[in-house]
Amino acid sequence: MPKLIKSEINVEGRITEEYAVVDGVELAAWGENEELAIVGQPAPRIDGAAKTTGEARFSYDVQLPGMLYAKVLRSPHPNARVLRVDASRAEQLAGVVVVLTHETAPDIKVREGKLPLLPADARFAGELVAAVAATDPDIAADALALIDVEYETLPFITDFTIALADSAPKVRPHGNVANQPSVIERGDLQAGLAAADVRIELTVRTPTAVHNALETHGCVAAWEGDQLTMYESSQHVYGVRTFAAKKLGLPVSKVRAIGTYMGGGFGAKFPGQPYSMVAATLAKRSRRPVHLMYDREGENLESGYRGASLQHVKMGAKRDGTLTAIELDGLTECGSYANWVVSLGGPYGMMYMCPNVKLTTTGVHTNIGPFQAFRAPGFVEGMVGLEQAMDLLAEKLGMDPLELRRRNLATRDQSEDKPFSSFPVEECYRRGAEAIGWNKRTPTGQQYSTERFRRGTGMASQIWWGGGGPPAYAEVQLNGDGTATVLTGAQDLGTGARTIFAQVAAEELGLELGSVGVTIGDTYAGPFGPASGGSVTTGSMTPAVRSAANDLRIQLCSIVSQLEDVPEDELEVRGGTVYRRDTPVGTVRSLMRKLGDVMLIGKGSRGPNPNDVSVVTSGAQFAEVEVDTVTGRVRVIKIVAAHDSGRIVNPQTFTSQIQGGIIQGLGLALTEQRVIDHAAGQILNPNLEWYKLPTVADIPEIVNLLIDIPDTKANSLGAKGAGEPGIIPTAAAIANAVANALGVRILELPITPARVLEALETIA
Amino acid sequence: MIEQDPTTAVELHVNGHRHRLRLEPRRSLLDTLRIDLGLTGTKQVCNMGNCGGCTVLLNDRPVYSCLMLAVECEGQPILTIEGLNENGTLHPLQQAFIEHDALQCGFCTPGQIMAACGLLARTPHPSAAEVVEGMSGNLCRCGAYRGIVQAVLAVSAEG
Repeated sequence: MPKLIKSEINVEGRITEEYAVVDGVELAAWGENEELAIVGQPAPRIDGAAKTTGEARFSYDVQLPGMLYAKVLRSPHPNARVLRVDASRAEQLAGVVVVLTHETAPDIKVREGKLPLLPADARFAGELVAAVAATDPDIAADALALIDVEYETLPFITDFTIALADSAPKVRPHGNVANQPSVIERGDLQAGLAAADVRIELTVRTPTAVHNALETHGCVAAWEGDQLTMYESSQHVYGVRTFAAKKLGLPVSKVRAIGTYMGGGFGAKFPGQPYSMVAATLAKRSRRPVHLMYDREGENLESGYRGASLQHVKMGAKRDGTLTAIELDGLTECGSYANWVVSLGGPYGMMYMCPNVKLTTTGVHTNIGPFQAFRAPGFVEGMVGLEQAMDLLAEKLGMDPLELRRRNLATRDQSEDKPFSSFPVEECYRRGAEAIGWNKRTPTGQQYSTERFRRGTGMASQIWWGGGGPPAYAEVQLNGDGTATVLTGAQDLGTGARTIFAQVAAEELGLELGSVGVTIGDTYAGPFGPASGGSVTTGSMTPAVRSAANDLRIQLCSIVSQLEDVPEDELEVRGGTVYRRDTPVGTVRSLMRKLGDVMLIGKGSRGPNPNDVSVVTSGAQFAEVEVDTVTGRVRVIKIVAAHDSGRIVNPQTFTSQIQGGIIQGLGLALTEQRVIDHAAGQILNPNLEWYKLPTVADIPEIVNLLIDIPDTKANSLGAKGAGEPGIIPTAAAIANAVANALGVRILELPITPARVLEALETIA
Repeated sequence: MIEQDPTTAVELHVNGHRHRLRLEPRRSLLDTLRIDLGLTGTKQVCNMGNCGGCTVLLNDRPVYSCLMLAVECEGQPILTIEGLNENGTLHPLQQAFIEHDALQCGFCTPGQIMAACGLLARTPHPSAAEVVEGMSGNLCRCGAYRGIVQAVLAVSAEG
């Protein structure tokens, strides 16, 4: 009988209580010493052949009969009223089928759920003004040039650090404070600061970082009668369905969303952005499928970024290092629209024990496109501030920075007032310190240094959620040839989700890994799967897959018992063979073949989260750098990463996830930054030439330690997410290593050669 | 009034097959491959020669197909990712990319593999530094770089 439950879900620090319907028995977690044959073993990703042959079909690659190509016209002005749009010349161009402007757009509200699809008020350079669908992309581009728009330009502000001044132009009628500030407060901050023996104060800045997933945002929309199919590059296929149905007034049953392969998301590709409704409208009006994928410039202007941050930090401690107070007064850049505001205070409030904190983050509107969640939003930036403050405090106390952290490490979740289900940071510190050679570090970091090349070592801690929760569903089918198919509407962003679903199903069913296929990313093929964000996919989905596989295994044993007249409770399945005690009854393949077209279908769901513990991921990274004091160039020599994500289902894809996070963190530390001309209100580097992503030549040695301690209280796998943990401490650890090398701290990221040389001048 | 036909006849040799097309002279090789020939394995990422996502081999040399006009490639052998495993078995580079987990989302992968193919064609046994140099024109936002270098070195060691 299905049971209705409520469970507390924590996605990126936003806690909600969700209903979920759970069927069947909640499985006991696989224990620490469970003998598992497939889970925990490295497995090459099962979609490797599809991706390496170019045959994996991404949204960008979808081509349907009669399909039109759409392109969008963007406002060149950072703040302007669209007075008049004349699309008549564009409409007459051969090959143009539909032009959409704010006058002809349907009444669909998008931004913050209330603003028009094509607004008459353009609040950033890059805002959508018109869209064209034509038989060829080159014709669509020609048509854009033939649309005449008359704008009334208005005052604008693009610098978030001064946008809260009274004299600043208002980005929105309500002013420039975005949504609600985030405040974490406990104890008595002033009393805590007064009680401190040592106090430090610093101001840290982090840059705007653009996701720049290599597949841009976009979709292909196709109608068949009153039924809509959306092929969207999205982090939540089921969310695409819900959003389209809601905005278009369609029954959910009439919308199919497909996202079989997607070229990276990193937080920017949650459903709800305007382009999908522009594509659906163009397709509806033309009665033809429409392909609308942004170009790289559009991606940089409109599709999101990690907002820059400005963090004023005060911290106090007793002589023995015990923290007494932390204050954060932070600003985060939100751009023109904000459904929420990131919390920079998250890590300040969670990582270390501190009774008195006041951590404020105020989101600031500017005339720039809206921010989006970006891989551990708030925590990457917050860690840069917190962990530099900890190093500064250690310096002032004359204490080893790692020792200071050990003394203050959180023993419970202070905001939830619960113990952690598992929090093996000490183990991460111990193994990480050993691998980097922490005991050879000196406060001046000079031991390997020469006059010109100075070496230093630094570290930073990591905390994040990532336990997942319901609702999440899966089915597993057993086919007539003894192979199994996992079905779910969840998606694989490139994380390896497909592969671990196959591993979990094979393990629970007793099949070989090669006998299990996975069909995901299609709402017509599989049941509801959650958004892939907040590192929840592993913790939410693998228990659902295991539960479905368990249901199927029970059915298989029952059927075999009836078919072969053997007692059901003596049957088990191992390595693709059904055994009665230790005697083979037959291979699953041979037994299923006797049944013809019979299909066994197991169903499973994710059970509730535990109420009495807080489920988090944790860890630490250690960085060794070399700074060239002549050129100012920083070279990262080595990163040691030690992260707890509970049980590691697939060490190979886990390692790739962590390395990917580190490499993005390295970009934030050293090269990545959006550059804005504030006088013109224009982004100067909306492309991959001047926005500097790390290349293969920038990659240090990376040592990835597998902590691999099952979190048996978290869920039936004991597994948690790995998508975000890897990026959280990297930039902070590199900043601390550079400070150790130089003896001067660079408080603004990225640590460019110019900033290094400037800092060296201050101590010359 | 009927406008003058802006297209011109072009013959392209892609993956050993001949194609006769009528294209506008401005048509990029990338758009031709993807839109006119339906070979969507070659990816469009930046469309301005910054990222290597659209790399194909032209006369055995890696080129960014977004920066080439199709008419410039007339009659010259073009190899795309679809041409690597035409006999149905994976190319050693494809196999090595899978084994070394040299990919995550997979969007840059065809371009990476074609760049690696070009590198090994001109330098069959590159050093690690030469692999890094040879692959540094191809961006990967997921950060699969270490696997990519290992995969290319592994294939070079076999061959």
